[in-house]
Amino acid sequence: MNGAHDMGGMHGFGPVRPEPDEPVFHAEWERRAFALTVAMGATGEWNIDMSRFARENRAPASYLTESYYELWLAGLEKLLAERGLVDPDEVAAGHARGQGRELARVLKAADVASVLAAGTRYARPTDTAARFAVGDQVRAASMSPVGHTRLPRYVRGHVGVVRHIDGFHTFPDSSALGGDDAHWLYTVRFAGPELWGADSDPNLAISVNAWEPYLEPA
Amino acid sequence: MSNVPHHHHDDGHGPELTDVQLRVRALETILVEKGYVDPAALDRLIETYETRIGPRNGARVVARAWADPSYRRWLMEDATAAIASLGFTGRGGEHMVAVENTPAVHNMVVCTLCSCYPWPVLGLPPVWYKSAPYRSRAVIDPRGVLREFGVELPAETEVRVWDSTAEVRYLVLPMRPPGTEDFSEDALAALVTRDSMIGTGRPTTPGRAGP
Repeated sequence: MNGAHDMGGMHGFGPVRPEPDEPVFHAEWERRAFALTVAMGATGEWNIDMSRFARENRAPASYLTESYYELWLAGLEKLLAERGLVDPDEVAAGHARGQGRELARVLKAADVASVLAAGTRYARPTDTAARFAVGDQVRAASMSPVGHTRLPRYVRGHVGVVRHIDGFHTFPDSSALGGDDAHWLYTVRFAGPELWGADSDPNLAISVNAWEPYLEPA
Repeated sequence: MSNVPHHHHDDGHGPELTDVQLRVRALETILVEKGYVDPAALDRLIETYETRIGPRNGARVVARAWADPSYRRWLMEDATAAIASLGFTGRGGEHMVAVENTPAVHNMVVCTLCSCYPWPVLGLPPVWYKSAPYRSRAVIDPRGVLREFGVELPAETEVRVWDSTAEVRYLVLPMRPPGTEDFSEDALAALVTRDSMIGTGRPTTPGRAGP
């Protein structure tokens, strides 16, 4: 979706303000919102792309004014409601009305370290050949899907060069909808002036990771 | 994305609870009551990212690469395996790529779409990394962003920005500071800052406070 989350190249947000000696979390509720999101993610009721889409699929004004963990919380509430795991009246009451349903997995404290260390496999085996080779010129597709995508607007329609083939990876655009397909993933490098024209630093290159359906020969 | 960290008075008691605190508390209560989350697992997750998984992990990778040329080659060829050999694997770092700074090339990492960041080596990202100013400007005005971090690059140095748009995560291998030829790996690791591994800072130079 062409949402407020897709910020590359926008103007007007002001300077970056690093916080010296920044703590990992700024409030207890941030700790709990973080941990609830990771623990519920580990149940397998949704995947990373569904979770990203739940966070980014909101009115731009909300997205731009809510803090990072407020967006996580809103995303978690949405994912739970969509799946009927938590009803809105339970949230209003602050308590469950009854036992939950049986989930495929519940993350136990003893398994936290091993689950984190294992991560998730995004690369898949394949018999297919990659369409592009390192050094090929490619054009990022002109596209505006209403669903989840990982091709940022600022590269769409522009020509870059394949610098690396990253493997055959789960495709977020379909994974966010529950699909299971995967595609070749490339590192594509764009020259600054190709993206930003005469306003670009001439000595700038920007790379994105782009799946094959995002690319066409150029 | 608000760029300003929210500093709530968060003692967790009384009528001054904000809407967001109430929502988090309600959700945790409900999810625990339904058996969907184990409260001890929540505590373990928080403790892990506050005390175990953070930028000191990445500093060990960088220090090893500075100290051991064969490790450096391995890191540049297969960062996932080289980093795993030091015990750093998994969530948010399943597919690692190392990018090396030289006098001719400066690398800088961003996630314009959200907050993708190499968790096993750097931990959870700082607020500025997730903020609109950084995400919007890192790809169009990286030198201006670097100046805000106190890093001034020569005009002839190429800036390479890596936008983390997939499950590939980047670790910048900064240049080894001069005057560290006799340093042990531990002493080298102490010079490696978090920002130097994102590409928005440099390692500390011995005897001098660095950006």
